Amino acid sequence: MNREYEIVVGLEVHVELKTKTKIFCSCSTEFGAEPNTQVCPGCAGFPGTLPVLNRKVVEYGIKTGLALNCEIAEMSRFDRKNYFYPDLPKAYQISQFYMPICKNGYLDIEVDGAKKRIGITRAHLEEDAGKLVHQGTITSTEYSLVDLNRGGMGLLEIVSEPDIRSAQEARAYLEKLRAVLLFAGVSDCKMQEGSLRCDANVSVRPRGQKELGTRVEIKNLNSFRALEKSIEYEASRQINAIEDGEELFQETRTWDEEKQVTRAMRSKEDAEDYRYFPDPDLAPVYVSQEWIAEVSASMPELPDQARQRLVNDCGLPDYDASILTLTPATLKFFDEAVTEYNQPKIVSNWIMGELNRLLNVNNMEIEDSRLVPGEMVKLLKLIDAGTISGKIAKTVFEEMFSTGKEPEQIIKEKGLVQISDEDTLKAMIDDIVAANPKVVEDYKNGKEKAFGFFVGQLMKATRGQANPAIVNKLLQERLSRE
Amino acid sequence: MQLYDMTISELSVLIKERKISAQELTRAYLQRIDEVEEQVGAFITRTDELAIQQAGEFDHNPVNKPLAGIPYGLKDNICTRGVRTTCASKMLGDFVPAYNARVAACLQDQQGILLGKLNLDEFAMGCSTETSAFKPTSNPWDLQRLAGGSSGGSAAAVAAGEVAYSLGTDTGGSIRQPAAYCGLVGLKPTYGLVSRFGAIANTSSLDQVGVITRDVWDCALVLNAIAGYDPQDGTSVKIDVPDYTADLSGDIKGLRIAYPREYFQNNTDTAIVEQVKRALHEYEQLGAIVEEVSLPYSEYALPAYYIISRAEASTNLARYDGVQFGLRDVKADNVADLYADSRAAGFGAEVKLRILLGSYVLSADYYETYYLKAMKARRLIHDDFTRVFENHDIIITPTTPTTAFQRDEFRSDLLNLYRNDILTVPVNMAGLPGMSVPCGFIDGLPAGMQLIGKPFKEKMLLNAALAFEQAHDYYKARPNLGGDR
Repeated sequence: MNREYEIVVGLEVHVELKTKTKIFCSCSTEFGAEPNTQVCPGCAGFPGTLPVLNRKVVEYGIKTGLALNCEIAEMSRFDRKNYFYPDLPKAYQISQFYMPICKNGYLDIEVDGAKKRIGITRAHLEEDAGKLVHQGTITSTEYSLVDLNRGGMGLLEIVSEPDIRSAQEARAYLEKLRAVLLFAGVSDCKMQEGSLRCDANVSVRPRGQKELGTRVEIKNLNSFRALEKSIEYEASRQINAIEDGEELFQETRTWDEEKQVTRAMRSKEDAEDYRYFPDPDLAPVYVSQEWIAEVSASMPELPDQARQRLVNDCGLPDYDASILTLTPATLKFFDEAVTEYNQPKIVSNWIMGELNRLLNVNNMEIEDSRLVPGEMVKLLKLIDAGTISGKIAKTVFEEMFSTGKEPEQIIKEKGLVQISDEDTLKAMIDDIVAANPKVVEDYKNGKEKAFGFFVGQLMKATRGQANPAIVNKLLQERLSRE
Repeated sequence: MQLYDMTISELSVLIKERKISAQELTRAYLQRIDEVEEQVGAFITRTDELAIQQAGEFDHNPVNKPLAGIPYGLKDNICTRGVRTTCASKMLGDFVPAYNARVAACLQDQQGILLGKLNLDEFAMGCSTETSAFKPTSNPWDLQRLAGGSSGGSAAAVAAGEVAYSLGTDTGGSIRQPAAYCGLVGLKPTYGLVSRFGAIANTSSLDQVGVITRDVWDCALVLNAIAGYDPQDGTSVKIDVPDYTADLSGDIKGLRIAYPREYFQNNTDTAIVEQVKRALHEYEQLGAIVEEVSLPYSEYALPAYYIISRAEASTNLARYDGVQFGLRDVKADNVADLYADSRAAGFGAEVKLRILLGSYVLSADYYETYYLKAMKARRLIHDDFTRVFENHDIIITPTTPTTAFQRDEFRSDLLNLYRNDILTVPVNMAGLPGMSVPCGFIDGLPAGMQLIGKPFKEKMLLNAALAFEQAHDYYKARPNLGGDR
């Protein structure tokens, strides 16, 4: 990265609201149903049908706005965004263009320990479009099919200020935003399923310059990694172009995941005129102070509050607290475990270490795993009781994670109980010592390594299940008698 | 008197007293349609079989509802489950809705007998039915002339005795003008009183479903059946709907009537102005207080309407793109051509003109110049009426500047054709209830008087209309289309 340039990024994030029904009709919003089974004449845009606003969607809008420190508009309004596309049956999208429900908020993020506040320009409600299913690729397909299940789902588009200065900050913003939305309970935020979608506006400028550079919008960002990589790529593409004396122009580019490059999609000249105007089928949305107070009172704990609590009440390091509050499911797992086993740091270590490792390896979310906090606590108590060693515990934990079995059962089935019985161990030590007179000689001659040899032999014989402390003690006693 | 000349209330008595069965009544109307439809051309789709079946069901299991067993027709932009609903457009030539419009469900609920779907201007865009993709509807009073529009089929069918009453829609005068041309009572209710669900949109902020009947009492009966809040229409208003026939006496002593001078000037035929002025004088004699007022901003209603209606229509009609609805041009080899070719083939000239103008006034460069300015004018027009209604109960004007006109009379003169709406459009712009009642004949053609009321004060309008009706025989007159009398 050339130091003389500064990267400027703003993000537009679309969040699918997890209300039970769609924004303007009573169709279900369940993900993964058979194509076109969650459609009615209304969301299919049949002649004569009319939109009726789902109050829950407005409530979720208010909730999100409050969680993002926004002003909630006393009056907001829906407009029509007019454009033709086969996945948009009415040929207009109902969206809040002129008067959004939320404005002027912010989100605090942290990159490498440095805190930063990112402004949120606005957040507005709108309906989602359907989905086109192509036979093959979009350019080679002979025909395309339209699935309207997603059409008419409630979305919130959250637009940030161009306050972001690096790919890492962009990622941190999106991760934090996701955490807030998950904690507020307004969306599933699954990038794979499309319930969280992000476009990035990227420009570069010589450091110190006030005016913003020419902005490029990047679409098709389906993961945090794609967001980060695409910004890095796009910024360096723009810097190279400027350095080479080329002129940049405002355009929309798409992220090519395979080649890890951005590719031109359309230029500003091709941009459509959406002919926005207030939708005459919908009355303005009025939000009273009472309603706002009601939503505010029902607001769940948000990530920053939870993080403070873990530091203050549980004595966790801030780093641990920040990881444990990335998703509400993680925090819930932690909280439940600590209720039964009041050693927050040990619980935290296991979640951040073994559990997160296994989740990553299996590409899973904590809520998808079969492991429950109570079972993990049982395991921790078995370690404390000396039934198993910490090392064996990791093996057991992995088994618990993949099978959902109780730790006792796994230990029993696999014969993993730690051997602490002194008579048993003494007998084994006797055998090993008797079988290795030469090493005993070495030990007597002061070779420290010899002691380690006997420990190793014993662990081998017990498949690692011998209680190390007791083995040490007994071996010392036994060798001192030689 | 023939069955097809009777009012709903007259027919209703025959039905209730079992003097006639619904099937007999239905067959009598179907026979009347057979006799006169070729001359009138009011129907797009006839539902004879369905009608006889509905009548049979009623006879088998009669219910005691005011519209039960009474044959009616619906303007063909009102969705009917299982019955083709075309909007008089090639675009929806084979569209069969899977749902009933709210108003259609209301009438079905009453066990009325649907005889068919009635002609209109394409997507209700016009005032003569000449833009219908199927045919123009003739005026039963003079077959050389037109029934008016856009609810021309709805008016002509009632006037010709093909149905006992009908529903239409009114965006800028589309119920009141054809009612006036055909010598009938036509009511456009307050915006929000009657559900728009299933009434295919022309201009969403102005459209309202309304009633065309032979007399005022019938109008109140039908309004009773269709008025009221509908959760499926976000612009429908939650209010308590009164019984519009209760206390309908025609007693108007002390009623404060205003007549705005701007509505009695230059553009309107002097003969019509005189008829309405005579009516005002009669109102005075019946005990009303009649005063001249001014509605200065009404002058801007037509141009503002012209912009707002085109703007909304352009996006309301965007969904007819050949993907889900309408003619699909199968030869097109990409999506853009599919849209363009399908729309070019499916829409008629007037609709295309409106879509073009609407797209223009909503475009980023002209939104403020045209659309926003028109919306501001609309507010002023509304406030004008509100001011007059501070001291008056109803406003009376002529319904139309002329009586029924001839086919192609305005072919090369679109502006004067549009001017036909000049007296009715302000009422839609202000969202008020407006009603046309017959107020006499000029050269053998009916003329209409418009009564405008305060929001949701339909009852006051009906009562004032009844007072005038009781003093005259206009409503008893029937056009001569042959057949027994």
